[in-house]
Amino acid sequence: MSNAVIDKTELAGDAPRPALRQPRLPKWAPIGLALISAGLGCGIGVAGDLSSKVQWGLIAAALFVLISFALTAKVEGSRQAKDRLATSLIWVCFLLAVIPLVSLIWETIDRGSKVLDGYFLGHSMEGVQTILPGGGAYHAIIGTLEQVGIATAIAAPIGLLTAIYLVEYGRGRLAKAVTFFVDVMTGVPSIVAGLFILTFWIIILDFDYSGFAGAMALAILMMPIVVRSTEEMLKLVPNELREASLALGVPKWRTILKVVLPTAIGGIITGVMLAVARIAGESAPIVLLVFGAQGINNNPFEGAQSSLPYYVYEQWQLGNDASFNRAWAAALVLIAFVMILNLLARGIARWKAPKTGR
Amino acid sequence: MKTDIEPTSSTAPPQDRARGTGRLGDKIFLGLSRGSGILLLAIMAAIAVFLTIRAISAISEDHGNFLTTFEWNTTSRPMVFGIAVLAYGTIVSSIIAMLIAVPIAVGIALFISHYAPRRLATPVAYVIDLLAAVPSIVYGLWGALFLVPHLTGLYQWLDDYLGWTKLFEYNDGAPRSLFTIGILLAIMIIPIVTSVSREVFRQVPQMHEEAALALGATRWEVVRMSVLPFGRSGIISASMLGLGRALGETMAVATVLSPSYDIVPSLLDPGGGTFAQNIAAHFKEADGPARDALIASGLVLFVITLLVNGAARLIIARRKEYSGAAA
Repeated sequence: MSNAVIDKTELAGDAPRPALRQPRLPKWAPIGLALISAGLGCGIGVAGDLSSKVQWGLIAAALFVLISFALTAKVEGSRQAKDRLATSLIWVCFLLAVIPLVSLIWETIDRGSKVLDGYFLGHSMEGVQTILPGGGAYHAIIGTLEQVGIATAIAAPIGLLTAIYLVEYGRGRLAKAVTFFVDVMTGVPSIVAGLFILTFWIIILDFDYSGFAGAMALAILMMPIVVRSTEEMLKLVPNELREASLALGVPKWRTILKVVLPTAIGGIITGVMLAVARIAGESAPIVLLVFGAQGINNNPFEGAQSSLPYYVYEQWQLGNDASFNRAWAAALVLIAFVMILNLLARGIARWKAPKTGR
Repeated sequence: MKTDIEPTSSTAPPQDRARGTGRLGDKIFLGLSRGSGILLLAIMAAIAVFLTIRAISAISEDHGNFLTTFEWNTTSRPMVFGIAVLAYGTIVSSIIAMLIAVPIAVGIALFISHYAPRRLATPVAYVIDLLAAVPSIVYGLWGALFLVPHLTGLYQWLDDYLGWTKLFEYNDGAPRSLFTIGILLAIMIIPIVTSVSREVFRQVPQMHEEAALALGATRWEVVRMSVLPFGRSGIISASMLGLGRALGETMAVATVLSPSYDIVPSLLDPGGGTFAQNIAAHFKEADGPARDALIASGLVLFVITLLVNGAARLIIARRKEYSGAAA
């Protein structure tokens, strides 16, 4: 931006003023340098006989940063060089973050699509020899859907009401404490939530392992997420709407139910769906509380169940090619489920975004 | 809504009744919503209380020192177990993750808020959010079956040049080590650190940046002199939130790490363990007292994450007050 300003002054002035304009590298310089250093990186990789492609990339990145710094320092001066160094470092950061994501998605799709078909989705692991191909994740999908459903049924109303309390009623110490602990609760590790339900439900109350126990742990993880997102949405509702409704003599609770909530409903649904996507991938509490089953168990309140993340873990532990394939396929189903939920949620958020009047 | 407005007309008795039901409704509604707020607090308290009860009974049966013993032998009687190895593994892998993740995440946040072309910034922010949505077990699977085989080259290289430090000594074998865990955890926490720092960077007063630009600062100088100082506490709390995640991560660690109950001097050699990984790995074979021992280690993890997250939130809250920024 600073350069644009300098350009303008130069255009406006009558006499040419060379002192104002430092020599600059052409616009295509970064792209050219990137290509050169990528080539050099590969060249060094081949010449030095480095087996890991990761190393090639790292060498190329380091070369790019060094060459562009040196070149800019020579041509444009040290301040510009520092600027360019920072720019390229920041681009490198961005690329570094994209690589694992692309690799992860690619690997999952590539390896997961091998065994993913109607048979896989429609059958359980009952009676399947684990070292042989075959079997499927039907029982795990049922388990995930039921557990996540129950967790949502518990956590969504509690989370919603808590958020309403914080935004509409909350003043004073209790509200402050709730806000703080909701934030802290977001950081409770999933395995600790699992351990809590284990001590409370299974050890002290002496119930058996079941899908419901897992769902309770998931609900604990889900509540703070719902509270946070709902709170943000309720805060976006313009105060004028509340005041107008109250001024007409509508009691506060009806104002909340009929005016505030409908205005924010899109964002609230989005928040709940994102929370669902988040807990659908949790496996630690399931390991502790649901215990894993090979067959189909449609009853979440009794007996061991399975779930998709748990199924991935279980198949990975078996440690043979057939089970790895099943693990990747289940991982693909899980990612697809989570991503679709995410996309839907964001779609709703955009579609039903509250008009804040700004 | 009409039904509510009508009773407020001049006739007295219906008005009273309406106000009465309104108040009753309000009371019920306030009770419900306050109740669920209190329920949340109660859950947090219950987690602490129940875990402590079991942990105390486990520690009283421990024939080693809970804090300093390396072993985790809960199948023999008397039990001998301690959290020294687990604490070491958890802290070391999280520190490695932070060292890798925080600079990169801050870089990405700056990329989105200040460097990327507009058209690129929104999709990038979106992709980073999607990265956060990938379930941890999928990271674990990817880490174990893809990342680990691809790291041997890098480890060999580290060994060649830094092997003399003993910290980066690498003997052949699958690198299912604490360092690998650190890299994987870094990938997993980058999204949260990025999104929190991005929010802070976005709140930097426009005037500060424009003032710097008007004085002829380059873009990097603007970032260094106005954006980073403003966002410092935001970055700190974002990293602590990331740290909280890294400390408690279970499945990714359980799939990738090959655990052992000793402290391996080299970061690149397999061995060690973390709190969460140890619980997941031992739970199935654990009977009553052994389970309590695992719960005791879970309590330690809970307390650590509680402190880290609480501190992060306090920093954010304090910043909010003096900057006057909303949300």
